[in-house]
Amino acid sequence: MYIKNFITPVLFLAAATVSVTSCKPKSAGTAVSGNAASKVYVPPGKYDEFYNFVSGGFSGQLSVYGLPSGRLLRVIPVFSVDPEKGWGYSEETKPMLNTSHGFVPWDDLHHVEMSMTDGQADGRWVFVNGNNTPRLARVDLKTFRTAEILELPNSAGNHSSPFSTENSEYIVAGTRFSVPPDDVNGDIPINSYKENFKGHISFVSVDKTNGEMKIAFQLKTPGVNFDLSHAGKGKSHDWFFFSTYNTEQANTLLEVNASRRDKDFIMAVNWKKAEEYVKAGKGKKHSVKYAHNTYDEATHTAKSAMENEVTVLDVADFPDIVYFIPCPKSPHGCDVDPTGEYIVGSGKLAALLPVFSYDKIQKAIAAKDFEQETYAGLPVIKYEAALYGEVQKPGLGPLHTEFDGKGNAYTSFFVSSEVVKWNIKDLKVLDRQPTYYSVGHLMIPGGDSKKPFGKYLVAYNKITKDRYLPTGPELSQSAQLYDISGDKMELILDYPTIGEPHYAQAVPAELIRDKQLKIFDINANKHPFVTKGEAEAKVVRQGNQVHVYITAVRSHFAPDNIEGVQLGDEVLFHVTNLEQDWDVPHGFGVKGAANGELLVMPGETLTLKWIPDRTGIFPIYCTDFCSALHQEMSGYVRVSPKGSTVPLRFSLGDKNEKPEPTVQ
Amino acid sequence: MTKVIKRAAKPGLLLIPNQINHNMKKKILTVLGLALIICLGACGGSETSAPAAESAAAPASATKAPADYDPKRGEGKFDETNIKIGPLDAAMADKGKSIAATKCFSCHKTTDEKLVGPGWKGVTTRKTPHWIMNFITNPDPMIDKDPEVQAQLELCLVRMPNQNLSEDEARSILEFMRQNDGAH
Repeated sequence: MYIKNFITPVLFLAAATVSVTSCKPKSAGTAVSGNAASKVYVPPGKYDEFYNFVSGGFSGQLSVYGLPSGRLLRVIPVFSVDPEKGWGYSEETKPMLNTSHGFVPWDDLHHVEMSMTDGQADGRWVFVNGNNTPRLARVDLKTFRTAEILELPNSAGNHSSPFSTENSEYIVAGTRFSVPPDDVNGDIPINSYKENFKGHISFVSVDKTNGEMKIAFQLKTPGVNFDLSHAGKGKSHDWFFFSTYNTEQANTLLEVNASRRDKDFIMAVNWKKAEEYVKAGKGKKHSVKYAHNTYDEATHTAKSAMENEVTVLDVADFPDIVYFIPCPKSPHGCDVDPTGEYIVGSGKLAALLPVFSYDKIQKAIAAKDFEQETYAGLPVIKYEAALYGEVQKPGLGPLHTEFDGKGNAYTSFFVSSEVVKWNIKDLKVLDRQPTYYSVGHLMIPGGDSKKPFGKYLVAYNKITKDRYLPTGPELSQSAQLYDISGDKMELILDYPTIGEPHYAQAVPAELIRDKQLKIFDINANKHPFVTKGEAEAKVVRQGNQVHVYITAVRSHFAPDNIEGVQLGDEVLFHVTNLEQDWDVPHGFGVKGAANGELLVMPGETLTLKWIPDRTGIFPIYCTDFCSALHQEMSGYVRVSPKGSTVPLRFSLGDKNEKPEPTVQ
Repeated sequence: MTKVIKRAAKPGLLLIPNQINHNMKKKILTVLGLALIICLGACGGSETSAPAAESAAAPASATKAPADYDPKRGEGKFDETNIKIGPLDAAMADKGKSIAATKCFSCHKTTDEKLVGPGWKGVTTRKTPHWIMNFITNPDPMIDKDPEVQAQLELCLVRMPNQNLSEDEARSILEFMRQNDGAH
């Protein structure tokens, strides 16, 4: 029966690939072999081998998949509101989306990086970047919730982010768009880019115990676009490598004007040196404004603080922090192999793939083997002096490279729609497999760390076309899973993703699985409006605010009859879930509320604000099926005209009625 | 046990257990699934050591207790040897009452009246102290195995939730139940 279920998709896959061979040069018909189904089949009740954290792109969220099944386990709301989970709708979570621009309900989440210890994922946190209104977020892997969001000043388009040093000493955030710094007048002509626009790269430190992020310092650079980056490893631990484009410093029609130069740069940064200068007090304080939002698990409440200063090192003032390395044609991916020796720059428009050598870079710096012409006054290492070698004719449009820990690299090629496996030492192409279609990022579990788990590779494709049953003009994005345990890559699964997946990370499940928080301890709940037991349930008026201290348990609310609310009131339902059992959330919705729902976990308190717009009777109910009597889990709120004599009154069950209203 | 129940559940809601399993959504299935894990673990007959939570629902109905289930003791870590009853500890009973206010009184009254679950009056005269301790700390497997609890479930239709009571909290609640039943 299982075999039969899998034959159908396999046949469909084969049929689909045959139909598109006209536009694909590869022999796609042989892409799926007979035992692919058994390799991805995780029987009911069994767990996946890897957790896979995948960017949700323009959804602003982070998705979690199981590998090899490709099952979607969860969508973690990060930068965008999520009415399903009340994220950005409950009073407690609204501060998480605060910025210096005020409440921003959306962002574009691009890259994903696990927290690291000794160059390997340690399973504590996941860092993600917001590309549009520059932000960094930290997701806690005990709760699979966003614990912190930090805005980045002097930045516009946080794309070269959130890559981590080997022990998460720093998470970096390099600006995609150079702009005038925040503390100078930005009301200037756009075509004064060359004089006035600057790049900034934030080095964000991470507290080892609680993960809290802080902008330790920023590097101010010439105005270019920073694209991607990766930290060194092992011997190159002290260095960070950033790909740059638009070194032409164009401010219009970048498609043409930022592609004029034969080579742009990989920018090598000695972050240890920069750190020393900052510690020695060489940085300059700049007056800026950025939000720092943190979620407190004890009070179940976020707070947003506005910071007003950042320390900046202008790299022009320090000769030994930054070195440029020429790299062909608008490099995109900038990936460091597990040994820390090889740095792969992927020129989007290049027909070859340069691999740079850390040792040679160091020698060139020591010997001052630089080009005669500096770039904005900064040294440019000669291409040949930094180059280990080139992979010749690898494919068209190289974007990103990951590693399998067995001496091989895997590069995605957008234009020729393929993944190419090549040997790092001899730079020979070993295998190439088509993707469907136009692959962007790719990911091997641990593939950018010191110790990759070279078993699977996932290609995240930009174009879906005919891979699934059609769904009108808009199609979900597509991911493809390859088995890379043998000499040849083997396509074994196709599955849809949310938003547009950019980068992703994956780690063995056991690193995270057993650390999961199952409930919030009701006794430890320090929410200012918690209701610890039905005896404490009450309704309190404070001016035109009505605070409802309400509890949820299978299957009733206490109180469930509320009267005396008046038009013009602002009603705040503080819902405490009294359950202490795993996977028993209660939801809360109220008719006509211009708001989302609440989804309250066991032991948690959350608040829904409701401003009634008319008089009448308004049902409230539990939105998440909780028991056989879930449909009974409901109540009524009566709304009277302003100035009505109906007293504030709340009750549960006739016998428990509390006739005396509490008025403060 | 049934004598305590003053009001029967609405007849229309008396689903047979199989229907319950079909009709309910993931929450219930998960709870039952978890119960199944514990059950399988106890039986020692399952083929794998770590079955996952989303497997099939446990059988909710059985007229007889499984052979290895002792309805006098229940199932859990407590028995006569580790639960000793002495003169009433009033301070402990007070503590138990305050924990129960947060974790239990949403569904149980201290009289013999049923709310969501049965009232507490007389429970310490019907059940052994260690059965109570086992049930309030380890409800899921007992709901699946204990014939009297299964009879209750058909009346209440809500499985008593695991409220994650610590051993100390459970013992305090037991002391309050004894006080509630007039022990001194």
